[in-house]
Amino acid sequence: MSLNIADLSSATKSALAAIASAKDLNQLKVVKTEHLGDKSDLSKASQSLGKLAAEEKAEFGKIVGAAKSEVVAAFDSRLRVLETERDERVLVEERVDITLPSSKQPKGGLHPLTILTNEISDLFIGLGYRVAEGPELEAEWLNFDALNIPADHPARTMQDTFFIEPLDSKLVLRTHTSPVQIRTMLENKPPIYVICPGRTYRADELDATHTPVFSQVEGLVIDRGITMADLKGTLDYFAQSIFGPDVKTRLRPSFFPFTEPSAEVDFFFNGRWIEWGGCGMVNPKVLEVCGIDTKEFSGFAFGMGLERTLMVRHGITDMHDIVEGDIRFTRSFGTGGR
Amino acid sequence: MKIPLSWVREFVDVPKNISLDELENAFVNVGFEVEGIEVQGSDLTGPLVVAKVATIEELSGNKKPIRYVGLDCGEGATRFVICGATNFAVGDLVVAALPGAVLPGDFAISARETYGKTSNGMICSARELAISDEHAGIIVLPQDCAKVGTDAITLLEINDVIVDAAVNPDRGYALSIRGLARELAASLGIKYQDPASKVDVSKFAINEDGVQIIVEDKTALSVVFIRTISNFNPLAPTPLWMSRRIEKCGMRSISLAVDITNYVMLELGQPLHAFDSEKIDSTLVIRRAGATKTIKTLDNQERKLDSDDLVVADKSSALALAGVMGGATSEVTTSTSNIALEAARFDPVSIAKGSRRHKLSSEASRRLERGVDPSLAQISSARAISLMIELGGAKYIGTSSFGEPKYAPIVEFDPNFVSEYLGTKVSLEEVEEKLKIVGCDISKKSDTSWKIDPPSWRSDLLLGPDLVEEVARMIGYARIPSTLPTGKSGASLTPMQYRKRAVANYLAGNGFSEVYNYPFVNPDYVAKLGFVGDRAKSFKLANPMSEEFPDLRTHLLPGLLLTAVRNQGRGAKDIAIFEIGSVFRNTEKLLSQEVIGTDRTPDAKTKEKIYKSVPNQPLHIGAVVAGKLGSDGWNGKSAEFTWVEAIGFARSIIETTGNFVTTVSSDFAPWHPGRCAELQVDGKPVAHAGELHPRVIAELGLPERSCAFVVVLSALNFPETKKLQTLITMPAAVQDIALVVDESISAASLELALRSGAGELLESITLFDRYDKLGDGKVSLAYTMVFRAPDRTLTADEVSKYRESAAASAMKACGATVRV
Repeated sequence: MSLNIADLSSATKSALAAIASAKDLNQLKVVKTEHLGDKSDLSKASQSLGKLAAEEKAEFGKIVGAAKSEVVAAFDSRLRVLETERDERVLVEERVDITLPSSKQPKGGLHPLTILTNEISDLFIGLGYRVAEGPELEAEWLNFDALNIPADHPARTMQDTFFIEPLDSKLVLRTHTSPVQIRTMLENKPPIYVICPGRTYRADELDATHTPVFSQVEGLVIDRGITMADLKGTLDYFAQSIFGPDVKTRLRPSFFPFTEPSAEVDFFFNGRWIEWGGCGMVNPKVLEVCGIDTKEFSGFAFGMGLERTLMVRHGITDMHDIVEGDIRFTRSFGTGGR
Repeated sequence: MKIPLSWVREFVDVPKNISLDELENAFVNVGFEVEGIEVQGSDLTGPLVVAKVATIEELSGNKKPIRYVGLDCGEGATRFVICGATNFAVGDLVVAALPGAVLPGDFAISARETYGKTSNGMICSARELAISDEHAGIIVLPQDCAKVGTDAITLLEINDVIVDAAVNPDRGYALSIRGLARELAASLGIKYQDPASKVDVSKFAINEDGVQIIVEDKTALSVVFIRTISNFNPLAPTPLWMSRRIEKCGMRSISLAVDITNYVMLELGQPLHAFDSEKIDSTLVIRRAGATKTIKTLDNQERKLDSDDLVVADKSSALALAGVMGGATSEVTTSTSNIALEAARFDPVSIAKGSRRHKLSSEASRRLERGVDPSLAQISSARAISLMIELGGAKYIGTSSFGEPKYAPIVEFDPNFVSEYLGTKVSLEEVEEKLKIVGCDISKKSDTSWKIDPPSWRSDLLLGPDLVEEVARMIGYARIPSTLPTGKSGASLTPMQYRKRAVANYLAGNGFSEVYNYPFVNPDYVAKLGFVGDRAKSFKLANPMSEEFPDLRTHLLPGLLLTAVRNQGRGAKDIAIFEIGSVFRNTEKLLSQEVIGTDRTPDAKTKEKIYKSVPNQPLHIGAVVAGKLGSDGWNGKSAEFTWVEAIGFARSIIETTGNFVTTVSSDFAPWHPGRCAELQVDGKPVAHAGELHPRVIAELGLPERSCAFVVVLSALNFPETKKLQTLITMPAAVQDIALVVDESISAASLELALRSGAGELLESITLFDRYDKLGDGKVSLAYTMVFRAPDRTLTADEVSKYRESAAASAMKACGATVRV
């Protein structure tokens, strides 16, 4: 058998035509078997080369090789086209309504009191403070006496205290987190930079703005040369971190047995002055009870209610929402941020 | 304290055009919060005139008494009005609003037809004029106090500004016109005249006439004056200017004698008490009640006396609860003409105790417990006696006194301390000026050493910072600049604080909502949940908010369950909530607190005693899941939340702290006794988790199979810093093993046995199948064990040896056979 160039050329042509007319990948597969398979004319032509003389083999080998390459190239190109067509079709077919409710991930959240406590703790840690905590059921001596609030002083009646039976247990639900300040001073040498967040108790009826169980954060600094300007600066920094960089504070003279001078601190927010908390220079009587040398050290303290802070910042109008544990309230705060 | 500006103006020349804002700020700037400013008469326009009742015709046939009254308003003709009050008679002077007048509340007066008559005006009550709350009848003016037709707005001094200033406990002196006027003058920088300085005490010298005083308890007071008068006219009316001032201060006018004591108290700040001296059995004695058991006070209450109560007594009985309230038996009445007037500087603590003991806070006790200017006992009693002589025709008899006024000691003061303490420069001249305004006398040794003699009314000025506050108030707190101190480096949260945050974030991120419950619980409810033993030993509040919740919580679940129920009541279906909080168990023997002074720092032993008087209050984290964690949706149902998940969460909380958990079964309430796990670390229980007791679920109406877990956060150890080993990168060898055991064998014990047999190279073990349909009370448990060696690839032979050793251990410990 000799190789017919004309036949080869026609086989090539018909192969190229078949490839070009294959409409899908299945047809192309059939075409491949037919025109490039073992029994195809092109394959047969290749096989027949072996029988040729060396001289002819070289010559015809080139011709057959070129024909086969052309067909294979055409096939590959057609394959890519058809695959692309298929992929596009499938991706269209697999299209879904992406706006369907997307997730059943359970929704939870941190209570905003926790979020605020964390926020305040972080900002004071940044100023070199530690976060000090202490018991809620507390010794009267730590809650009152050590803070220069002796028994029968009218100041004690300023705070409606929950007492524990029997009364001679001298245990109270702390009326402020100040006993934590006392514990800190009794156990640590100055310099002291702490904040004391925590739950506190006063016998007020629950209404839109009061709750008998509430949260406070207090701050205490004892160091050399601490001034009332340091107190004012710390309160400015605190208020601006919580309410915005432009917030102003003001101090008004007031009275607390544990500070002298004492002040109320207000901040200016949304066009009005809002009472925020109490503060002052720590009364030397308190420092002395706690074993701190008042010739060497002075200090300031401040305290504010977290519920009130939240209410102002977030526009919460009813205390009930904060204390009742409705999951809708907590969920609206999520797990972070404000 | 309410003060009318008209009264203040007697001692301070307050600018005529001062605005209400300026007035408020003036008080606030020196430390007096203003609780309210009332502009009396601002919504009242005349004609309002003094009228004499000429005729009274009672109109019958009405539901209530109605009078047709003829009034002489100085107009010539009689004016007729209808009146519903009956507390007046012909000849009385009353206040009539004539047609054209507008009374507070936009009440326009006009002539009108009523009860078949024409009413040409109205006779007014004090409340209708908004000058007091009195509305028992119409105003009857003192006889001859004014001519008919006089403008009653002027006569009654209705147009006035009344400031209600809050007075802090350290400023007892400011519970008076004298004190607040001084503060206002200082704040406005204007002149002030002390009303006490106008009183001449020399006219009433101490002698042996009149009622004499004996002070048995010398600790009860520093100084007392008793002044006696006779011939007082008990029917003399209180002049209008006095009764109106008393009313403006929020008190009531009662009778001339009582009004004078109240008036002088309001003006100067010294409480006074008038006794009917005829009813005193010889002398007055100030003593503790001792054996005297009862007293009938002015409010007609029979009160039991504590032996420590301070009383003013005579020979036979207690006549007054000293400084708190007078007694009924020696009360000044309409027939009293001989009066003994008491003015004492009682010991504040004694008064505070008595007032609290009898739950009686009076105008007198409020002042005395805050400390009254000791010089006032003499001055105020002289002032009151003068007024009784002037207005009641009384005759001075004599004065008896005891003790001496005690004043605050002289303070050694370095005036430079003001600048140092405030953090701003205040010149020495300014310090001097401001301290003098406050009333201090100053003698200077040098520029760094001053002797400050505080004024008689400031017993609170004892230390340097007290004086700094006075200067600061006077220069204004706004002068204080803003500087920011910072602590030493190295501040951070404690491991416990980090952990608390991480746990809260973990639960919140997994669908739990955080709540803060009140720690007040109802003991019956807690008992119903099944709490017994130590977990039911609660602390009781002596004064709970409500009798329904008198106990402190011993556990977080009672509160969490009620919150779940509340959420369910508001329509929530799937409720997953958690709380982090302290619990209070009355299980320790506590040291009872002794009386510990504050005059020195407690020593180590005393501190220990204080700390040990306070119970340990462990920090718990509790959660309740009623329903599912997620919610069902269009693409399928959410996974159930069962006891398995409840235990899983509790376990994760513990394991992420680096603690190894052992699980044992438990029958703790309020859990299902067959579906409750106790999680232990080092053999100690640290958590309970599982399904709630079906009875609890039914009782509360929660979804079936609701679950809960509680972890004692404070029982876990937290490493300061985690230490890690290099990760092993050698390949792992995996071996599966299926075991058949008796169903009474717990999975935890089987796993433990496998672990102990598998050797040190076991990296993890996971239960991947459980089959309980074998019959014969047998179950099959299939585990995947992963082994890894740090230094080599494990061979098949080696690993199968470990597997066999694990199987042998399971056989030995649990009777397990390998399932083939």
